Amino acid sequence: MDGADILARLAARFGAAILETHAHHGDHTVVVDRVALADVLGFCRDDEDLAFDMLMDLTAVDYLTFPARENGPRFDVVYHLYSVPANHRLRIKVPLEEDDLVVPSAVPLWPIANWFEREVWDMFGIRFEGHPDLRRLLLYEEFVGHPLRKDYPVNRRQPLIGPTN
Amino acid sequence: MGLGEFFTTKLDEAIGWARKYSIFQYPFVTACCGMEYMATACSHYDVDRFGAGLPRFSPRQADVLFVVGTISHKMAPVLRRIYDQMTEPKWVVAFGVCTCTGGFYDNYATVQGIDTILPVDVYIPGCPPRPESVLDGLMKLQEKIAVGRQRY
Repeated sequence: MDGADILARLAARFGAAILETHAHHGDHTVVVDRVALADVLGFCRDDEDLAFDMLMDLTAVDYLTFPARENGPRFDVVYHLYSVPANHRLRIKVPLEEDDLVVPSAVPLWPIANWFEREVWDMFGIRFEGHPDLRRLLLYEEFVGHPLRKDYPVNRRQPLIGPTN
Repeated sequence: MGLGEFFTTKLDEAIGWARKYSIFQYPFVTACCGMEYMATACSHYDVDRFGAGLPRFSPRQADVLFVVGTISHKMAPVLRRIYDQMTEPKWVVAFGVCTCTGGFYDNYATVQGIDTILPVDVYIPGCPPRPESVLDGLMKLQEKIAVGRQRY
């Protein structure tokens, strides 16, 4: 399917829940309200024409110091989807406010989301509801803070941890 | 000075000589410095001619812990446990700048120098250090091993 057709299909199906669509640099992107996210992801995977059977990436962005989004939601969770039978791609973004950082988990749809979501939790502090085992992935459990947020000071030192016996 | 002291100092020298020329190292390799460690240990820059040619991959059997490569905070307790499992006498070599001071990884995830968790005997700076630097560090370690009262 053509990228524009994908965006049209989603806009027709979900109407007001699609906040914005664009195709900057050829990357077709749809910005979705969090309320409809689980439905949108499920539809992307299960629809016969869209057939997005592969979650390529799941990450997050912190817009704290971004000039154009000073008053907007602070975080975006970004999903990159790819369809193997149809060879087309889609990017889905979900804006999140700083005081309500919860998103439904994509693990029931694509099991690969398990570690991606753990990394986002580790680095940004965004919780994924329905994740089977949401704990830190790259850093140790006693680490304080979420380092890839823009307000994490780059030279903060963490306490050393000892052997666990 | 009596005759007894003469024999104990000669014995210390003999044991020091034997220990410095039979180093069983534990190469705790985590990152890129491992490539230079391997280069040093292989035939061109041969480390076997110093008597240090047999790496032991068990801390119980080793006496020198070569910490080679970046140590993250998650890895630090593992490294400390390996060091604790080694038997006396034991020495530690910090190989590469990541182990000396954290290197250019001045961030939240890297231990800023393994001397925050272990006592280090020789620091070999470099990113990665040339094999000649490694051999220089090894020779300094040998001097350190040989000198002084030996514990036995």
